[in-house]
Amino acid sequence: MASTSDIRDKLRQKRRAFQESLVRVRDDTQALVSMAMDVNRDSAMEDLAGEEEPAETLRRSLKAQRQRRKKKLLEEMAVEESQTGADEEEMEDGEEEEDVETSAVEEVSEVQSIQQSRGRSETEPETESEAAARSFTRSSRDLPPLPMSRPSSSISESSMRQRMREKLRAARSKAESLLQQEVPVEPASRLQSLRDRDTLTRFDRETEPELRHVPDGDSSEILGKVKFREAVRRVRIDAQREAGIPTGEEAYNFFTFNFDPEPEEEPSKRRKKRRPKSEQAEGGQEEEGEGEGEEEPEEQEREVEREPAREDDEEEEEERDEEAALVRDGEEDLFLIEQSSQDFLEVRKAEYIGYNRRVQRESELLFTPSVRTVPASNKLPDNMQPRYLEEEGLYVGERPVVSLTNENILENRILRQDQATKWFGDDGRIIVLPDPIKESSTRPPLFHVEGDLDPSLQTVYRKAIKSKYAKRYMPGVGDTQGDYQLDVDVAGLIFSHHGLFSREHVLGARLAQLYDQHLSRQHKNLTRLLTDKLSGLRNTIRNMLELHGGQGLSEITQQRIAEYKQEVKITRQMRDAEQEKDRALLKNIVKVWKEIKALREFQRFTNTPFKLYLRREEVDRASDEREHEAEILAEVSELQAESWEDYEKKVTEYKQQNEEWKTWKKKQKAMKKKKKKKQQSQDEEEDEVEEESEEELGEEPTKPDPPEEPDLDAVERQVREKAARIRRKPGEPILVPELTASSNITPNEQCPRAEFGRRQDVLKRSLFVKVLYNDKEVSRTDSRALTADFRVHFGQIFNLKIINWPESIKLQVYETVGSSTTQLAEVFVPVPEPSILTGSATSEQLEFSSNQRVTFNHEGVGSDVPFSFEADGSNRLTLLTSGKLSCCVSWAIGEDDIPLAPPMTHASAGINSGIMQMDAIACIGASGLNDMKKLGKWAAESRLDPNDPNNASIMQLLSVVSGGEVTVPDYFRLEQLQEEFNFLSDEELDRSRRFRLLRLRTQEVAEFRGYKFVPTLEREVSEKVFQDYEKRLRDGEIVDTKEHLDAHRALVAKYLQKVRESVVNRFLIAKHHFLLSDVVLEEEVPTIGVLGLNLFKLAEPKRPLKPRRKERKKVTAQNLSDGDIKLLLNIIRAYDIPIRKPQASKPSVASKSTRSVTETFTTGHSSQTAMQGTDWPFNQVLVRPFVEVTFQRTVLQTSTAEGPNPCWNEEILLSFSAPNGDYSTTSLQSVKDEVFINIFDEVVYEISEAERERERGGLYAHVERHWLGCVKIPFSTIYRQSRIDGTFKVEMPPVLLGYTKENHLVSDGGYDIVRNLTEGAFITLFITIEPQLVPGETIREKMKDVKFDTEEDERVLLASEFFEKDAMQRFPDRPCLTTVIDINGKTVFITRYIRPLNPPQELLDASPNNPQETMELVARYVSLIPSLPDSVSFAGVCDLWSTCNQFLTLLAGDEEEHAVLLCNYFLSMGKKAWLIIGTAIPEGLTAYVLTYEQSRYLIWNPSNGQYYGQYDTFCPLQTIGCLINADNIWFNIQMYDAPMRISFDVTKSKFWKPFFSRAFSYPGLSSVQPEELVYRRTDKAAATELQDRIEKILREKIMEWRPRHPTRWNRYCSSTLRHFLPKLELSGGRDVAEEHRLELQSLLGEYRISGFPLHLPFSEIQPIIEAVYSTGVHKVEMSNVEFALAVYVHPYPNNVLSVRVYLASLIRTR
Amino acid sequence: MASSNPSVFLLMINGQIEGGNFPEYDDLYCKYCFVYGHDWAPTSGLEEGISQITCKSRESHKLIWNFPLDITFKSTNPFGWPQIVVSVYGPDVFANDVVRGYGATHIPFTPGKHTRTIPMFVPESTSRLQKLTSWLMGRRPEFTDPKVVAQGEGREVTRVRSQGFVTLQFNIVTKDLKKLGYDTTPGSSEAPPITGLSGTDQPYTL
Repeated sequence: MASTSDIRDKLRQKRRAFQESLVRVRDDTQALVSMAMDVNRDSAMEDLAGEEEPAETLRRSLKAQRQRRKKKLLEEMAVEESQTGADEEEMEDGEEEEDVETSAVEEVSEVQSIQQSRGRSETEPETESEAAARSFTRSSRDLPPLPMSRPSSSISESSMRQRMREKLRAARSKAESLLQQEVPVEPASRLQSLRDRDTLTRFDRETEPELRHVPDGDSSEILGKVKFREAVRRVRIDAQREAGIPTGEEAYNFFTFNFDPEPEEEPSKRRKKRRPKSEQAEGGQEEEGEGEGEEEPEEQEREVEREPAREDDEEEEEERDEEAALVRDGEEDLFLIEQSSQDFLEVRKAEYIGYNRRVQRESELLFTPSVRTVPASNKLPDNMQPRYLEEEGLYVGERPVVSLTNENILENRILRQDQATKWFGDDGRIIVLPDPIKESSTRPPLFHVEGDLDPSLQTVYRKAIKSKYAKRYMPGVGDTQGDYQLDVDVAGLIFSHHGLFSREHVLGARLAQLYDQHLSRQHKNLTRLLTDKLSGLRNTIRNMLELHGGQGLSEITQQRIAEYKQEVKITRQMRDAEQEKDRALLKNIVKVWKEIKALREFQRFTNTPFKLYLRREEVDRASDEREHEAEILAEVSELQAESWEDYEKKVTEYKQQNEEWKTWKKKQKAMKKKKKKKQQSQDEEEDEVEEESEEELGEEPTKPDPPEEPDLDAVERQVREKAARIRRKPGEPILVPELTASSNITPNEQCPRAEFGRRQDVLKRSLFVKVLYNDKEVSRTDSRALTADFRVHFGQIFNLKIINWPESIKLQVYETVGSSTTQLAEVFVPVPEPSILTGSATSEQLEFSSNQRVTFNHEGVGSDVPFSFEADGSNRLTLLTSGKLSCCVSWAIGEDDIPLAPPMTHASAGINSGIMQMDAIACIGASGLNDMKKLGKWAAESRLDPNDPNNASIMQLLSVVSGGEVTVPDYFRLEQLQEEFNFLSDEELDRSRRFRLLRLRTQEVAEFRGYKFVPTLEREVSEKVFQDYEKRLRDGEIVDTKEHLDAHRALVAKYLQKVRESVVNRFLIAKHHFLLSDVVLEEEVPTIGVLGLNLFKLAEPKRPLKPRRKERKKVTAQNLSDGDIKLLLNIIRAYDIPIRKPQASKPSVASKSTRSVTETFTTGHSSQTAMQGTDWPFNQVLVRPFVEVTFQRTVLQTSTAEGPNPCWNEEILLSFSAPNGDYSTTSLQSVKDEVFINIFDEVVYEISEAERERERGGLYAHVERHWLGCVKIPFSTIYRQSRIDGTFKVEMPPVLLGYTKENHLVSDGGYDIVRNLTEGAFITLFITIEPQLVPGETIREKMKDVKFDTEEDERVLLASEFFEKDAMQRFPDRPCLTTVIDINGKTVFITRYIRPLNPPQELLDASPNNPQETMELVARYVSLIPSLPDSVSFAGVCDLWSTCNQFLTLLAGDEEEHAVLLCNYFLSMGKKAWLIIGTAIPEGLTAYVLTYEQSRYLIWNPSNGQYYGQYDTFCPLQTIGCLINADNIWFNIQMYDAPMRISFDVTKSKFWKPFFSRAFSYPGLSSVQPEELVYRRTDKAAATELQDRIEKILREKIMEWRPRHPTRWNRYCSSTLRHFLPKLELSGGRDVAEEHRLELQSLLGEYRISGFPLHLPFSEIQPIIEAVYSTGVHKVEMSNVEFALAVYVHPYPNNVLSVRVYLASLIRTR
Repeated sequence: MASSNPSVFLLMINGQIEGGNFPEYDDLYCKYCFVYGHDWAPTSGLEEGISQITCKSRESHKLIWNFPLDITFKSTNPFGWPQIVVSVYGPDVFANDVVRGYGATHIPFTPGKHTRTIPMFVPESTSRLQKLTSWLMGRRPEFTDPKVVAQGEGREVTRVRSQGFVTLQFNIVTKDLKKLGYDTTPGSSEAPPITGLSGTDQPYTL
């Protein structure tokens, strides 16, 4: 062949060139060459040469290397030749080589010649510079040997090397068959064709070279040889590839490209370049046909100088292929002589090994494994296909993740070791254990008690995320990730049977069906598949048998063969079945077609367009027959083998059985003999023995029949029979049916009537399809007419935007005939997988059928009706309407190509999802997990792999379940462990007194708040503890009329209680609301003003003598206990104490004349002087007052002073104890105790002689004290104000018997200041709490944070907030009120309370001519309504403002309510009136009423009905904060706030800041007050009854208070007093005194009377008793004392009651 | 009270406030007080105390008070188990006495010797300006009542800054606690000790 000669020539040429170069080298540096073997020497040489020109040096060094290498090669070649390998290939190689050249050198040169081109390609563009050459050397060295330098174009595919090697093998086998000796240079076309060859062949041989490594490993020589051979082979590959693939463009690149010396890039570039060069080479070969061709173009391009360099490159190439171990001592001997001579002469420099050199050297010692993928064939034993256990269905654990590169490196490394294959599994991969890392940790989490937890290990709390999938709704619907859409495409439907089918249609449908079946079968071509499989299996068995030569079959192999055989048998049977089916189908098709044809013939018209053609395919009869025969023979042989096997088995079985039988026989015989003996000897035991023997022998085994030998002929006969039946006969043409719809349908007019009717009927029909999603109809198709071929085309796509999870998609087919619509069928469409999208989904044919019975009287065959094709009606058929609906359901694709499908994980929600099979929860539902049975069922159904560790937990669970039944409760509990966690059962908790106590305490129930020492033991809790509480609970329901005396009051009290409770509840919530200031004490940021002031103060001169007031330290209430708090009273002085009046025997007449009509009890002073003369000389009026202070039942008194204007200046210290010892702010605020400051007159009576004698004791004087007046100050006021300092008016009874005012000036009536000055007695007090308590103001402020409901306009509220804040800033001590809270807890603007309201008519009628009197009366009426401070009732929570009608209904209220009512009355009376919000003594923050009267302003105290002029010094009102009327609020912005010093002209904006101004006009707020008050007349009888009751109670009380003395009642006096009281009431407490005195004249003569009427508004009985007690009348201890008591209750409208109690003590003077 | 049938149990606390670690401050003294529930009452010993002022030595930067605690409580109910509240004060730059830390811890439940290190904190000023002025005026924000730190209520309105540590040592003796059915010793009870207890044993670890 041409190629052979080519090669030979080329080789020869090469050799020549090589030799030339050798010679040249020798000429140049003979010495160097001679010692070239040692690497060290090389370097030394280079060093020497370094003095010469670099290029020269390089050349020389390279040459030296080349020499060395050449020697190696030589040696290898020798070894190669000497080796007598068993391997054919090797032999072949050897032969080849020998054939080409007997000289090994030549062989090498050949190698070079082939390789040089590559070498050139690498170095050609480089200059001769040493560096370049070196870098190339390095690059080639760095990389693994040859194959590495040509990386595969893609990692995934097998490496180029492998591919090439495989190709090589293929080529070689081909060459072998073609008896070609010269393989390497093959024409490209041939190679390409080889490339496509079947891979099976190459697998047969591929592993041979690799296998040889293993046994030869220890011999380095052989190893080297082997490697050499590989190198040679690689060279060949190169050659082949070079011949194979290049393109012209690449060739150009090859010559022009400047190679980068960088090693990293080298491979890829080289890969690119490889091809062009090889193509060029190939081109050269083909064109010139001679070896010269390869070199010539190169030489043309290169300078001559480069020739050696090229050769160097060639050497490099060579070297690359060699192994470092090839260096041999033997070679060195060759040049020993030169070497030694050189050695001795040499003067060496310090050795330095260059990097490249070192790398080079190291590469000889080190092995760098390749990162290329190792072909599977290398890793498997010979002749083995990779076997994938996983595909066979066995569980293979997940492999741990190892990067592909690492795996490749490892595999390459392993392959170099001994017995490398043992590291690889059947699948050609490294044997690994499954990934041991579990996804979930099995160790319980460790809680570090000790802390020291690494911060990175700290658990981070994440808020629980609500599972999106918990609900049936699709996730994310409505939000961005958005909507899901199902596209339901209803394409159309085809009826496979319909009632309107004619007979021909039936047949046609059947034909079509058969044909479809045929097509699908042909498409699947199972027969072919099975046949192929069968032959494959047979081949395998044969191969296996051949391989082992029928001997030494291992156990496994035998078993496998048996398995294969079994499989062959099964496959054959399957194939036979398929073939039979094919055949039958074909026959059927033909038969049906014949029937159709007959029918058409018979009925003379054509209904269906079907037409069947049978296409004949002629076959080559001879080959066909051969194949057929071969097949039959194969089968026969197999069957025979099988039957032989079977037979042998049977034979062995038979033998065994026979053996058994024989032994049994023997035994029996022996037994019988024995028996006989026994019978002879011992008859009696016969029976037993019989039985015994019987037992021993057991049943007689049947004598086995020898198995029949298999009838081989019969087998063959059977096979042939079968073949004839199911197979095409040899030579018979292949029949291919083709169904077309090409035949013409007979037009209607040519049809008979029946057929015409049928056709007409068909036209009437129309169909539509309803689409039901989750059983809800979502849409329906248009109605389409049924066509004659019973196809309906809809072609409609419905886009369903879905929110619910798809559960079912149903299509209902409806047929409409005329107006009636019937449902034909229902088709369920599976919910598509999320991956099925609209574009890619294929249309599905869904079959449906209907069991509707339809009959026709025309040609239509009907449905569910028997009919027959035969004329005689036999062979009846019943067909049901059925058909195929073609539709397609898929997930839509959004505009931006985003599938509108739920995420993949939800696929399990679909009913038919395959995932469900694997996911237990999805399959049986989460709740089903509790049901062990279901779980077990599921596990059984899904055939879990028990070896899979993933399933271990389920398996374990199942084993437990199957072992012991776990009882699962059939009810559902959300918190099934709740009971376990309960501390006690609820009943027990209720029963236990201790727990009840604890609970009540926690709930802060008043009785138990702060309860100490709840006993440990149940028995120590007495029932008594709860008595009060339970009583209170009971009282809440039952109205105790006894205590309240009055049903109405009781109801009111109850109502109040309820209001209080609700407010307290609200308060309790507010109490737990903390402000920063409650918790943290912080200095206020000083304002500029304060700072400036402080600075100014600094500059102030020091005045050490100026006393400074030091702030007392405030004490928080928490850390206080009993006795810590003292109440400090400083009683300084009093004014205008009434003076005693001597007992007058006759009334003074003169006094009457001086008395003015409007005067109060200021009469009688003129007469006094006259009368006093008798007892006291100098007409001196004497009074010896002292003050007694009562607080919490502690009584202390001052010393006695003298005169009507006494000055005590005494300090009284009272200790205070809080209720329950609770000193919290709340508790202190709710203290209801009052401080009573009573003024008494100490009277000393000298006992007369007569008495003294009578008594005979040493008592000479009797001290009596007479009550003069009283001041009551509630503790809450003291607490809130923390300091009360001022002069208070002493409450005095209008009539004080025996006393009179000392000096009074006659006033001229009206609103006289002077009169006011003298009206009563006054006392100057200073009261404070020691230590100072932090007042509970904070709570009040806190309430502002508690938002109350409101109906006010937001604007108004904002404005009011601003207004109040502004006021607070400018004048912090002036109260400002804009909004208040009404009794329902709503915020109400304050002006809404002001509205003119009518006072009771009878009050107006009382003195119609005197408006002033009326006003007083009205004020009195208002004051008669009992006062009940909010702060007391509601524990200082807040002011609750009730409206006037509420106030009148409740008959209890604060100052505010009184003031509002009074103000409203005044307004209705046509007065100008305002509400004053200010502070007064002693009430503190309060409300008064201001009226404008006769150019004067009057200030009314609504609580007691008193009024004061603006300039009244004793007016209790101290500051005025704001004025309120019905349409505005004015805040006082004047400099002063005392009423005396301010102007009340609200129009002056300089003085008053209005709330509603021009900027913010009054919006016209409607009033909360009723339009008019309705009063009901008080029941007089009830008042009288009440009067009696009070009197009775008081009588009893007084007697009770005097336990050691008899209490005598003076009836006469009592009746007189009782008579007097109504008058007193009528006169308003004035100007009756004189008459009264006259009335008492008779008594006064005999008795010394001291007594006074008390006047109280009625609310409850208790205050009356208290008041009476506080006067101390009962304390008179003289034996001859008598008492007089009168009570009068005066009813005012609306049940306002004025109670007057007249109490007097009488002492008989004579 | 028969000893066989006790109705109260006693908790005796011996120990000391060993010292504190306030790296930035010196010349500090501390106060302590006990906070306990309604069912508790001290039977003997001091409920409140104030220590000497101590300075840091050059070597050790710890403040040592060694201030003894000795108190006995009686109680019927472990609810409201006493807590000790320690507050530390000292002069600032202008020699104003300001608070340097508040801290509280429960008295240990179990008899034996316990050492506790309480982290201390002080309330923060509400604003920078406040901070400046409070610094200038020597009136740092304080709790109205040091006992606030022993309660949870109302703490949400405050902001605090941690500042130093105080170490306390307790020797606890209880009487009749077990007889009343409260077993706080971990070893003797049949059931394993509640892990929560061990949690409260170390309210804070560094």
